[in-house]
Amino acid sequence: AMEDVSAKFVSQKISRTRWRPLPAAALQPPDLFATGSWDNEDNRISIWSAGDLGNAGLNGEYHGEPHLLCDIQHNGDVMDMQFLDQERIVVASSTGTVTIFRHHQNNQTLSADHRWEKAHCHVDQDTSCGGAACTGVVCNNPEIVTVGEDGRINLFRADQKDAVRTIDNADSSTLHAVTFLRTTEILTVNSIGQLKIWDLRQQRNEPSQIFSLAGDRVPLHCVDRHPNQQHIVATGGQDGMLSIWDIRQGTMPVSLLNAHEAEMWEVHFHPSDPDHLFTCSEDGSLWHWDTSTNVSEKPSFLHQGGRSTAYLSHSTINQSVASAWLSNDPTKDRMEITNLIPNQTLSVNSLDVLGPCLVYGTDAEAIYVNRQLFA
Amino acid sequence: APLTDSVPPQVVPGADPSARQLCFAWGPAEVLVCETLFGRAGGSRFRCLTRCPCPSRFWGEDRAGAAARALTGSVAGTGDGAPSSSHVFVVRRDQDIYIQTLRKLFNESHGIFMGLQRSEEDLAGKSRKAQLVQVSKNYRSVIRACMEDMHQAAVSTRDPTLQSQYSTQVSILSAMELIWNLCEILFVEAATAGPLLLRLLDWVRLHVCDVDSMVREVLNSESPSKHKLFWNVVDVFVLQGRMDEARHLLSKEASANPTSMNMYRILDDLMKKMPVPSLGNTQTLTELELKWQHWHEECQRYLQDGTFASNPHMESICKILLGDEDAILEKKELMTTWYHFLVTRLLYSHPTVKPMELRFYAQSSMDLFLGGESSPEPLDMILMAAFEFEMHQVIKECSIVLSNWWFVAHLTDLLDHCKLLQSHNLYFGSNMREFLLLEYASGLFSHHSLWQLGVDYFDHCPEYGRVYLELHIERIPLSTEQKALKVLRICEQRQMHEQVRSICKIMAMKALRNNRLGSALSWSIRAKDAAFATLISDRFLKDYCERGSFSDLDLIDNLGPSMLLSDRLTFLGKYREFHRLYGEKRFPEAARLLLTLMTAHIAPCSFWMTLLTDALPLLEQKEVIFSAEQTYELMRCLEDLTAGNPDKQKFQDDDVETTKVEMLRLALARNLARVIVKEGTVEGY
Repeated sequence: AMEDVSAKFVSQKISRTRWRPLPAAALQPPDLFATGSWDNEDNRISIWSAGDLGNAGLNGEYHGEPHLLCDIQHNGDVMDMQFLDQERIVVASSTGTVTIFRHHQNNQTLSADHRWEKAHCHVDQDTSCGGAACTGVVCNNPEIVTVGEDGRINLFRADQKDAVRTIDNADSSTLHAVTFLRTTEILTVNSIGQLKIWDLRQQRNEPSQIFSLAGDRVPLHCVDRHPNQQHIVATGGQDGMLSIWDIRQGTMPVSLLNAHEAEMWEVHFHPSDPDHLFTCSEDGSLWHWDTSTNVSEKPSFLHQGGRSTAYLSHSTINQSVASAWLSNDPTKDRMEITNLIPNQTLSVNSLDVLGPCLVYGTDAEAIYVNRQLFA
Repeated sequence: APLTDSVPPQVVPGADPSARQLCFAWGPAEVLVCETLFGRAGGSRFRCLTRCPCPSRFWGEDRAGAAARALTGSVAGTGDGAPSSSHVFVVRRDQDIYIQTLRKLFNESHGIFMGLQRSEEDLAGKSRKAQLVQVSKNYRSVIRACMEDMHQAAVSTRDPTLQSQYSTQVSILSAMELIWNLCEILFVEAATAGPLLLRLLDWVRLHVCDVDSMVREVLNSESPSKHKLFWNVVDVFVLQGRMDEARHLLSKEASANPTSMNMYRILDDLMKKMPVPSLGNTQTLTELELKWQHWHEECQRYLQDGTFASNPHMESICKILLGDEDAILEKKELMTTWYHFLVTRLLYSHPTVKPMELRFYAQSSMDLFLGGESSPEPLDMILMAAFEFEMHQVIKECSIVLSNWWFVAHLTDLLDHCKLLQSHNLYFGSNMREFLLLEYASGLFSHHSLWQLGVDYFDHCPEYGRVYLELHIERIPLSTEQKALKVLRICEQRQMHEQVRSICKIMAMKALRNNRLGSALSWSIRAKDAAFATLISDRFLKDYCERGSFSDLDLIDNLGPSMLLSDRLTFLGKYREFHRLYGEKRFPEAARLLLTLMTAHIAPCSFWMTLLTDALPLLEQKEVIFSAEQTYELMRCLEDLTAGNPDKQKFQDDDVETTKVEMLRLALARNLARVIVKEGTVEGY
């Protein structure tokens, strides 16, 4: 419901919003998130408190807007951002630099922990190196993978000064996003509509598999992997199309779903309730894709918690979830989709979901927090 | 007080118009100014410059100086030590655009503006009006929110310059809200006699806050009635028509003075009985006037029979209730402004004032209140123009006085949606609404990050919006591909083909310079730029000829339908396909494709020799691959190439080329011999 959303105008265009991950045993919803800005003369990384939970009423209603805890200047546009752990955030810059910032929670400050200058760069004729935008970053502590406009893939370790592995010219077009498929394999998407799998154990500088959109090679901008079914991958394209891929079979997407009218900037499966998926776009909309409708016997990961799933055999879970996303028959498995932002006009550049909470940021210089996503 | 400092015309800092003549050039977002070599001839002042960037372009030349405050100068060039003429000044048009806290105002009001443009004009009269009033209130609540932020900023900063800057902004914002609110009452809601007074009372209560601290102090004191400012606070309540609060305070005083109990009771009764206009239609104006007359006479009676004579405070209150101008004016300090005086006067003398009568009372109230001691400030003139229902005058004065275009652009747009502005065509073709929106949006476009907001404003300027957008969008620096994509989307959605092509070309060129052939190609595919795709394909082919292998196979192998964009791209894709077939040892298919590339003229002539050379290993295979017919065709291709080449001399001189041709001829001849034998054998079998 709209009244559960609190908004704050922050006087900077927001390119990324990320919830701070919760400790393993946490029962509370997330309370802290980070934002990055773009296209400002002075760009910033900011840490926000989503609000004081102590002030929430008994029925969970929540009033009050996010408030700023601390921020730090960032050189260049923030292109992507990812929490490495509870305290550290890895930030990709349009200058090609990758920085680890540390959030000191005792005195609410931010500092730069480590910086890889020109992790991405263009090598021109005089072999001097001009920075190329780092477009995507993904972390699996301590490993950090970055991709960029230069088509390069870097593998860093948070504790090592130099890159562990660099694949120059991994892609001849711009790499727009990256995510982990498994601990040693990554997925990238590029500006000619390709989804590629890279096995970082292999010394070959080539992808182990290439998937491609049929027809016009519409650029892909974002990618996410199903948290439980690793073979299910979702990507978002320049035309706003959501593609669902089954990387076990074929080279083309299993289904193409249309909702956005312009670039899809981010796609995220809900980490603990992957029947739900969220996408945001340049057209100013944020869609909630829900495949859990009318299947009441389906386990709800979110509300019943992890324990109840133990009663279900693996195949049961596989079947119910997989059929929802991979079904080719739209009449059999109904998908309910809802636009969470009616009447927005400027781009929603980023979103993040964790527990019952959604945070998103826009070019209209506002951040929004919805704390009762499934209410 | 807001808007009361009269700031002298500000010249561009650093430029000295008294020493040198200045020249200037207009750009879509800013003015360039530089000093010339010419000395001053005397006579004309610096006005030629300061006049230009303000609406006095159509409102005459007066007050031009004041508008120069909307300019901010910055030095773009650096001097070489000479005293003058080496600077170029960049003069921007809208100063407030650069205030960080105001970005909230720009962004949030953009949403309201868009909502208003989308709103349904065909709603029935009443609900349409309610809708427009709501829009107006939304705008005001954004101004107020901004004011609070700015106030917070002023309180929390320790830097005195910043603090005074913030305070100035607070007073400007509060003046904007004051003016807007009055316009909302008079123009948007167009309150009628009766409700009009109630609205004006709310307006005064909301904006005259100078006495609030005094009221708080007295109310919070241990015993308010003993406080030395007690009667002042009672007066404030009475002057603002806050009868219940006044009576509540008086009752405290009354209980402390049992001897004058009766006097208090009578005054309390008078205040309780005072007839007020109602918002509903429960009573007609005539009924109200009748009741009012009775009440008025009753007050008169008590005053005349000396009921309050023993208490000057109460007597003065009674006089105020009777609308005694002198009694009200005595409380000047408690009202602080002439428009408070006006509303108090109306409340106690003309509660059923009609909108069109306002102007008389307003003028006389101002004259009485200022009493010739001070002259009206710009804000006074604006409010007066509003009371006179001179909408154009309000907008004009605001344009001159305020250092931003936000206010006039949004207010004018709202009034236009209320159908209050007869299309007031200006000599250069657009109407006032559009003119102001164009100015505001141009300011947004001159800002490093607010340019995205400007797009939607241009969209709603039917006359010149498109042209302005085209001019401005080309000036957005394309620092990253992501940003370029956003700009491109704006252009594509509006079918701005010229701009789409230029953006893609810029990005493709950038990628090409960085040796990112794949990216370059995808940009030219996006723009459907065949010429550029050809150029990039040639780079690929050149690289291949130099290195003997293809770069960017991931791209070339996956061209798909985009291969058809240019002939050269088609050739590139097909040629790569030949290599793949060859690599997979599918020789007959490879041979057929190779031949087709030449015979169907897909390959450029300059590449034929390479293709023929590629045929060599196929000719040398153990298996015979080319049929007799195909061999003849290959021979014809070779002869066409050598004979048809206008630069024949070159061929003969070039030993390597000659050897190549000889080798080819030999290989072709041998192949022909083998194939004749083979085909003969097969046929004769």
